Amino acid sequence: MSGPSTYVPKSALGRWFESRLPIGGLIHSSFVVYPTPKNLNYFWAFGGILSLMLVAQIITGVVLAMHYTPEATMAFSSVENIMRNVNYGWLLRYLHANGASMFFFAVYVHIFRGMFYGSYKAPREVLWILGVIIFLLMMATAFMGYVLPWGQMSFWGATVITNLFSALPGIGEPIVTWLWGGYSVDNPTLNRFFALHYLLPFMIVGVVILHVWALHVTGQNNPAGVEVKSVERDTVPFTPYATIKDAFAMVVFLILYSWFVFYVPNYLGDADNYIVANPLVTPAHIVPEWYFLPFYAILRSIPSKLGGVIAMFGSIAILAFLPWLDTSKIRSGRFRPLFQIFFFGFVIAAMGLGYLGSKPPEGAYVIAGRLLSVYYFAYFLVILPLLGLFETPRTLPATIADDVLAKGGSAILAGAAQAPSTKG
Amino acid sequence: MTFRTHTLGWLTAAAASLLLSASLLSVPVSAQEGAHEQPTPARQSWTFAGPFGKFDRAQLQRGFQVYKEVCSNCHSLSIPFRTLAQPGGPEYSEAQIKALAASYKVKDGPNEAGEMFERAGRPSDNFPWAFANEQAAAAALGKSPPEMNLLAKARKYERGFPLFLIDPFIQYQELGPDYIYALLNGYSKADDPNYNDYYPGHKIAMGAPLSDGVVTYTDGSPQTLQQYAKDVASFLYWAAEPSMEARKKMGFRVMVFLIIFAGLLYFTKKKVWADVHGDAVTTH
Ligand code: HEC
Ligand code: HEM
Repeated sequence: MSGPSTYVPKSALGRWFESRLPIGGLIHSSFVVYPTPKNLNYFWAFGGILSLMLVAQIITGVVLAMHYTPEATMAFSSVENIMRNVNYGWLLRYLHANGASMFFFAVYVHIFRGMFYGSYKAPREVLWILGVIIFLLMMATAFMGYVLPWGQMSFWGATVITNLFSALPGIGEPIVTWLWGGYSVDNPTLNRFFALHYLLPFMIVGVVILHVWALHVTGQNNPAGVEVKSVERDTVPFTPYATIKDAFAMVVFLILYSWFVFYVPNYLGDADNYIVANPLVTPAHIVPEWYFLPFYAILRSIPSKLGGVIAMFGSIAILAFLPWLDTSKIRSGRFRPLFQIFFFGFVIAAMGLGYLGSKPPEGAYVIAGRLLSVYYFAYFLVILPLLGLFETPRTLPATIADDVLAKGGSAILAGAAQAPSTKG
Repeated sequence: MTFRTHTLGWLTAAAASLLLSASLLSVPVSAQEGAHEQPTPARQSWTFAGPFGKFDRAQLQRGFQVYKEVCSNCHSLSIPFRTLAQPGGPEYSEAQIKALAASYKVKDGPNEAGEMFERAGRPSDNFPWAFANEQAAAAALGKSPPEMNLLAKARKYERGFPLFLIDPFIQYQELGPDYIYALLNGYSKADDPNYNDYYPGHKIAMGAPLSDGVVTYTDGSPQTLQQYAKDVASFLYWAAEPSMEARKKMGFRVMVFLIIFAGLLYFTKKKVWADVHGDAVTTH
């Protein structure tokens, strides 16, 4: 699907340039003639949405950085200065803070999409692992960004999370001191977090380029999970088909984003972060941002500190092994009746863990957290390996074109399949 | 047929999830009862709630009066005088703000002789605080009173499941003012001036700052504790979120634009995709 481009620019200047640096051909082959399966549904729009959010975070972030002061005694008031005195500063800051949440919302949909339709399976393992790396970088970026406004939750969140490393035997304490640049979270910590918060998004851009490159080598998966057999019959060119569909999805996503930014900008934030950081006063509940809560719940479900840390990082790392843990030959969950039940169970378990992460670790919450954590890991380590061996899948469509014709099953999910079959 | 079994899959999953969440939620609620000793503040009706919410100027001005005459004896409010003249706030006139600022003494310096001096306030100065520093305030009051410029955003209360899931849709953002209103009305024990129903742990260092008649309004509004509390809570919400009116106004325009744009894109998309079906794309 990739390879030397047949693109010939119209203008003489364009041809001159193209024979020296074929960037037009790269864009043409990647975003114009690139063949996309014609049965894609709107879950496939989230890749584009994620790119949009990455760009939005970088633009708002760079402008915020022009007004922000990464110094412990001034950070909090510099953010307030942005909110009150910088022209449209409140807009920038609310766009950036809520943008992080939207970014994570989109990445979770994107990941669950991949898990349901088996997008991680051969030949897309490298593509999938690059995605897991992006997810990790995003988490690091957001964690450090949240420290920058230097409110109570910034400070105490940073203290709790960096302290996790102290669980490592022997080297733990020195590592924490090294991370902090001192003996507690303080100005040096804030400074390095700001430097890294500025750097990591650009590393994400780099990995995203690799991710898209890998995608354009293997081609997209699709709701039927059968590979493209005939470019003619099974695919449509990226432009105009995917472009217009993605554009529509992006604008709908922007409506959701704007709702939060303009109407409930502080709903997703913690009230304690409007109190300036104070090392002498510990907040009653130290709770991370919502997008970290499932992992936080797993951390707290394990009675030992080191065990909890291993489980938490393991719960993310395990995603990278998914291509080899799922033994089923069938890609799409649409044709795996048992898998569907366990998969939705997994989605519920992840959301349940998210809820429990926001609750104090006591009584019934702990028991529920442990049960759901067990299910979380069992899904990867027991259910998926065994399911592939015992499950009888439904019959697959022979081709993507057949899938579109047999509207039935895809009608629920597939936007592409709604098209009437009258000849144009 | 795939359609039916597939739908069945979704349905089973949905049912299973409902059961699971129900069983999950029924247990913890009882386990939590003990920890939740504060009553939930009641939701008040605020003029600034909802997508078209606006502050009531007269109410903000009364709220400011309550702040100035009562709360400012203890609490600091680090905002410049001039903000009280900005659009979307109490909207005092420039002249009123100049006079207000001039009525305060502000510390400045050092001057050419190297000495600190006092001068009359200017609109660009912050409201000065009654105390030299937090330690002085704590020594006088038992505990340093919290800074007020963000107070209305720095307090929330637990909404609990499932209300917290509904809040973003009904745009409930006024948890802070509801809490402050409840707190100011929450001194229920005549024999214990430091007992408050709504303060976490009930033992609050601030005795009831307001009671009927302590502030004299000139616009004929009722001079009751409830009215004062409501006015000052509104004022504090404005102080914490001075750009709220501009934000909601812009939000409405952005929403209208995006919804129309999405509609146009949807129909364009339908048209573009109309010729796609099981066979090859028909090219015209
Ligand atoms: C006599 C001094 C004094 C006056 C006057 C005063 N306060 Fe306070 N206030 C305090 C102190 C001290 C605290 C800290 C209480 C604590 O945390 O125990 C406080 C705390 C508060 C809190 C925070 C409670 C919490 O949840 O942490 C609010 C809200 C508040 N005051 C509102 C007001 C308002 C509104 C007024 C004016 C009508 C006012 N106060 C007048 C001394 C005062
Ligand atoms: C992957 C993309 C990014 C994510 C997920 C992200 C996330 C965050 C988060 C969660 C916050 C805290 C917001 C708050 O509660 O106030 C934050 C703050 C901040 N970010 Fe980012 N960010 C990203 C990219 C960037 C970039 C590229 C820059 C600048 C070069 C930047 C600059 C800042 C600054 C200056 C702040 C402090 C101001 C504030 O708190 O609003 N960010 N970021």
